[in-house]
Amino acid sequence: MAPPPIVRIEHVTKRFGDYPAVEDVSLDIAANELFALLGPSGCGKTTLLRMLAGFERPSAGRILIGGADMTTVPPNRRPVNMVFQSYAVFPHMTVADNVAYGLRVDGTPAGEIAPRVDAALEMVRLGGYRARMPEQLSGGQRQRVALARALVKRPKVLLLDEPLSALDRKLREDMQLELVRLQHEVGITFVMVTHDQEEALSMANRVAVMDAGRVLQIADPRTLYENPTHRFVADFIGTMNTFDVEVSGVEGDRVRVRHPLLGELEVARAAPHVTGGVLIIRPEKLRLDFSTPPVAGERMLDAVIEQVAYYGDLSFVFIRLDDGTRLQVSRYNINRVDQGDPPPGRRCRVGIHPEDLLLVDDGG
Amino acid sequence: MLRRGPPPGPLDYSRRWWLRAWLALTFVFLYAPIAILVLFSFNDSRRNIVWQGFTLDYYVKAANNVSLLEAFSNSLVIAALSTVISVVLGGLLALALYRFRFPGRPAVEAANQLPIVVPEICMGVALLVFFAEVGWPRGLPWPLSLSNIVAGHVAFSFPFVAVVVRARLAGFDRAQEEASRDLGASEWQTFRRVTLPYMRPGLIAGGLLAMTLSLDDFVITFFTSGPDTLTFPVKVYSMVRFGATPEVNAASTVLIAITIALTVVAMRLQAPPKAGG
Repeated sequence: MAPPPIVRIEHVTKRFGDYPAVEDVSLDIAANELFALLGPSGCGKTTLLRMLAGFERPSAGRILIGGADMTTVPPNRRPVNMVFQSYAVFPHMTVADNVAYGLRVDGTPAGEIAPRVDAALEMVRLGGYRARMPEQLSGGQRQRVALARALVKRPKVLLLDEPLSALDRKLREDMQLELVRLQHEVGITFVMVTHDQEEALSMANRVAVMDAGRVLQIADPRTLYENPTHRFVADFIGTMNTFDVEVSGVEGDRVRVRHPLLGELEVARAAPHVTGGVLIIRPEKLRLDFSTPPVAGERMLDAVIEQVAYYGDLSFVFIRLDDGTRLQVSRYNINRVDQGDPPPGRRCRVGIHPEDLLLVDDGG
Repeated sequence: MLRRGPPPGPLDYSRRWWLRAWLALTFVFLYAPIAILVLFSFNDSRRNIVWQGFTLDYYVKAANNVSLLEAFSNSLVIAALSTVISVVLGGLLALALYRFRFPGRPAVEAANQLPIVVPEICMGVALLVFFAEVGWPRGLPWPLSLSNIVAGHVAFSFPFVAVVVRARLAGFDRAQEEASRDLGASEWQTFRRVTLPYMRPGLIAGGLLAMTLSLDDFVITFFTSGPDTLTFPVKVYSMVRFGATPEVNAASTVLIAITIALTVVAMRLQAPPKAGG
């Protein structure tokens, strides 16, 4: 028996005029999860987060936080706090006053405020910055102020709206680890909105992938990558190659498919609702081959090298099959010397193991 | 100081002697009349043309001129009331225009600018006709007797305040208000603790503008004041008609001193609590 969810979203729809920003979304978030809402801009993820915070009211559906119906409760009476994308640190207050703000408006006894502010600032490693004004802080430090300001209120859920998008790359990577550390330390449920798939995969326990107001898939990062249910999810998270196939039979979680080059195959399907669609395979699961015989069960296809893109740790090799299909193969450059990216125009073969193929929903 | 070097950039006015001379001439042009006004307030001569010697007699004389004092205090009271009312009205209007999208908002915005561009003389006549038409009570005890002048001054001052505050609000991050609500503050707490402090420099700048406009307004006051109410500019005008005596200079100098003092105070209030970029 799973513990009751800390956040329950039930059939929530939000329309702005005729435009449906969020359509019939239902999901549960468990206590102590680091949950990510992932999707391209305009997919409704921020609107959903703002409905959790109370800044938008659902057109239909219910939102429960900690078991209580919060659908129509104003933001100042919800047990959640938010870290804004722009941080929204109050420019006319010192760091300490910013952090104390939420306690003061609540009427917390003065004697209790100072130690809690100090503890919150220590937690985000801004102990020495109490008297600074926000304009004297860097972007990363301002974000820490926004974090401390929200965490000091001990919310049931901390909402983070694109928390790392305004930071430069190096700082962003540090902050990712920092946020995960904080989440473990304070034991508060984090709900994070992001459009950055790497951020979602590396930080979150579970990710909801959204597109056009709908949630397409909710899963842990590994499942999302290895077992995406929709073409959109597969494409948004990482890169992929596709084969159009004819489905000739469904049996349990397996399907029989036919492809002109691959022939007759039995492959896995991503979800019970997938009875047709498109066959996908990730670029690192394709094996470029120039001489060796096929590994057991592997299908070998003739191809020609078209182009190579070098990224340092790996290279993307673009190849063309005889029927004109373009495939993307990734190769890790595991030796410093003799990396041996094949020259364009060279003929080769590509090995595909049927277990690495997955039939996914073509829609969404 | 660089004597030679690259040609001056757009903001390097002080590098070339002729640019410096130009700057100096500009300041002379702007401030020489005021300096002479102040200087001649100490002139020991009945006629204000030739320097005769130093005296404070005219300050004493001005301080004993009952009708001048009355005009002076009238002006200060009118300016104070008009400034306070203009700041409140202008601030609220700016906030409404910034925050809400409502039908006719562009019209309201345009109507707000109108008193700024309408010639003062037209406004004066319009107010005169208006007060006569609505039968604004006359002969009220002081300071209610100033009410029509205050109303007139507010009418042309608060649009300036609204424009200044609106410009200030354009840079406001609304997420700050949301953050405040999110942290548990009510709408009113949010306004008082987050929005108002942000508006403050705009309110102070707008208030200074309103005060200056009110203090030195002649045309509109002339049309709206009753026969018994004198303000400082109107009184000075009537005094100058019989020749500008150092007494007028002395009174003007006091007014300048008050204005400068108030400006310094306002600038202090406007400055952030701690130094920084």
